[in-house]
Amino acid sequence: MISLKDIKKSYILPKVTVEVLKGIDLEVAEKELVAIMGPSGSGKSTLLHIIGCLDRPTSGTYILHELDVSLKTDNELAEIRNREIGFVFQSFNLLPRFPAWKNVELPLLYSGVLAKERKQRAMEMLLKVGLSHRAEHYPNELSGGEQQRAAIARALINEPAIILADEPTGNLDSRSGREIIDIFKGLNKEGVTIVLVTHERDIAEQAARIITIRDGVCQSGCY
Amino acid sequence: MDIIEIIKVSKDSLMSNRVRSFLTMLGVIIGVAAVILLVSIGEGARTYIHRELGNLGTNILIVVPGKTSAKGGFHPPEASTIRKLIYDDALLIKRRSKHVDDAVPVMLGSAMVKYLNQSRDNSIVGSTETYFSIRNLKVDSGRFITGSEVDAKRKVCVLGRTVKKDLFGDKNALGALVSIGDSKYRVVGVMEKKGVTLGIDFDDIVFIPTTAAQELFDTDRLFNITIKVKSANELHEATEEIKQILIKRHAGKEDFTVMSQDEMLGVMNKILNIMTAVLAGIAAISLVVGGIGIMNIMLVSVRERTREIGIRKALGAKNSDILLQFLVESMTLSLIGGTGGILFAGAVSFVIPYFIEFLPTQLELWSIVLAFLFSAAVGIFFGVYPARKASLYDPITALRYE
Ligand SMILES: Nc1ncnc2c1ncn2[C@@H]1O[C@H](COP(=O)(O)OP(=O)(O)OP(=O)(O)O)[C@@H](O)[C@H]1O
Ligand SMILES: [Mg+2]
Repeated sequence: MISLKDIKKSYILPKVTVEVLKGIDLEVAEKELVAIMGPSGSGKSTLLHIIGCLDRPTSGTYILHELDVSLKTDNELAEIRNREIGFVFQSFNLLPRFPAWKNVELPLLYSGVLAKERKQRAMEMLLKVGLSHRAEHYPNELSGGEQQRAAIARALINEPAIILADEPTGNLDSRSGREIIDIFKGLNKEGVTIVLVTHERDIAEQAARIITIRDGVCQSGCY
Repeated sequence: MDIIEIIKVSKDSLMSNRVRSFLTMLGVIIGVAAVILLVSIGEGARTYIHRELGNLGTNILIVVPGKTSAKGGFHPPEASTIRKLIYDDALLIKRRSKHVDDAVPVMLGSAMVKYLNQSRDNSIVGSTETYFSIRNLKVDSGRFITGSEVDAKRKVCVLGRTVKKDLFGDKNALGALVSIGDSKYRVVGVMEKKGVTLGIDFDDIVFIPTTAAQELFDTDRLFNITIKVKSANELHEATEEIKQILIKRHAGKEDFTVMSQDEMLGVMNKILNIMTAVLAGIAAISLVVGGIGIMNIMLVSVRERTREIGIRKALGAKNSDILLQFLVESMTLSLIGGTGGILFAGAVSFVIPYFIEFLPTQLELWSIVLAFLFSAAVGIFFGVYPARKASLYDPITALRYE
C-alpha cells in the first residue's frame, strides 16, 4: 500500500545543501504495524512527513494506494491527509483554544461534515480512546497521556487506512506510553496500517517489523 | 467548508484578544463614523442654508451698487467710488419691469433708539410697505408700515422682538413714541420672533419708512434694492430687464450688480459640495489607516498562529480553507468596526443639534451604505495579504514553528 522508491530529500540552506534522505526504498503492506528506529537526525521524521504527504521528496517515487503522489496537486494532497492518513505527533499538536471534542472533530471540518454529525462522531472517538469524560476539557486541562489519546481520536475520526505516529510516546511516562501502544495495537487488529517512529526498543518490539534508518539510508527491515 | 464554523472560529480568536481586537476595530469605527458624520454635517449645513434662504423669501433679486465680475457672494458697497443707487431707481424698476412684483428701496444704518430712560444703539432698516411680505416677516401686534406713511415720510416704526423687550419690557409698545436719532417715532407694530437667519438677527432691528430713513441718515444712498420677481422662471428675464433699465438711467454704465438669492444658493451649494467631498475624503483616509491597522494585527495573528495553521493543514485544510479563515477574521473586524462606526455616528449626529443649535445634522443613507461597504472593502483589501501569507505556509515549517 505504501511504496517508496529511491526517495531523496535535501534541504537547500544558504551555504550548504543538506541531503537528509539519500535514497530510501521502503514497502509497507496493508494492515501492517511497523516501527521506524534510528539515531536522532537520521531523517525519521522527514521520512514520515513524506509518507504522510505533508512534504514532497526532492526525487524518487512514492506510490500510495497504487497512485503516484508526485502527480497530485497540493489540494489533492490535503484531501489525502484529510481522509486517508491520520497523524499523531510527539508534541500532540492540539489547538489550545479548543476543548478536546472540538480538536477531535477538526478533520471532519475539512471534509464537509455537518456540525451535528461532527460532534457526534467526535464523542464516539473520544469514547473509543477512553476519554469521553474529558470531552469539554481544554488541552492544558489534560494530562500528557490524555492529550495524546485526544490526538489519536482526532487522527482516527475520518477512519483513515493509515496512522503515522512520530514518537507518540516520546513525551509520556512509560505507563501512558504503554496505553498508547495498546490503542495502536487494537487499531492494527481492526485493520489500520500503522507506521510508528520511536526511540524506545521495547515499544518498537511490539511492532511486527522494525525499520532502521541511519544517515538517510535504510539499514534494515525496509521490506 | 462550514462557513458558520469559520465565523465561530473567527469570533473565538477575536474574543481571545479582546483589547487588541477592540483597538483594531476602533480605527475602523473612527474612520466610518468620521465619513458618515462629516457627510451628515455637510448635508445638514445645506438644508440649513436652503431653509434659511427660503425663510427670507423666494424669487428675490437684490441690486447693490458697484459692479463685480463674479456672480453671487456678498459685496460691501464701496461708497466713495461707485455711483449710488437711489429711491427713484427703485421706483423706476417697479414701474418699468413686467416681471417684477415690487421693488423695495432699502436703507441700512444705525442710530440711538430711546424710550424713557432705556436706550440702545440699534440697526435701523428703511423700507417700504411690501418689504415684510417679500422677506416673510410678520408682525406680532399692530401692523407694518403702510404705503401712504412711506409717501408722506411719516415717522413711524416697527420694532423687532428684542428691541421691544429691551425698551418696553412687558409693557405695551403700540402707540408709544420712541426717539430715533433726534426725532420721535410712533410705534405702529412689533415683529414676531424671527431669530437669527444667515447671521442677521431680525429681532434686533427697527423698521422705518425709507423716506424717513433718508432724513434720519441725511443721505439718499440706498443699501440695496430688494426686488420680488413674479415667479421663479422669470428670474433670468427680470435680471436682464432690471439691468437694461438701470444702465439707461446710469448713463450707459453698468455700475451695479444684480444678485439672485438662488445664484447665491448655487454658489454655496457648490462650496458645500466641495467641502463635504474634501472632508469625507480625509475621513476616508482615516478609514484606510484603520485598514492598515487591521492588516498589521492580522499579520501578528497569522504569525502567532503559525502552528495552528500547520496543524490544520496537516489535518487536511486546503490553502483556500486557511485563506478564507483569516479573511473572514479581518472582515469580521472591519464589519463590526463599521457597524460600530455607524452607531457611533448616528448617536453623535443625533446629539449635535442639542449642542450646536444652528447645525441640523442629517444622516444620509447613501453615506452609511457607502461607509459600510467601504469598511468591508477595507477588511477584504487589507485582509487578503495576511490571509494569503497564512495560506501559503508550508505545513512542516509551520508545525515546527515555536
Ligand atoms: N527545514 C529544514 N531545513 C534544514 N534542515 C532540516 C530541516 N528539517 C530537517 N532538517 C535536518 O534534517 C535532518 C533530519 O531531521 P529529522 O527531523 O528527520 O530527524 P529525526 O530522525 O526525526 O531526528 P529525531 O529522532 O531527533 O526526531 C536533521 O539533521 C535536520 O537538521
Ligand atoms: Mg523526529
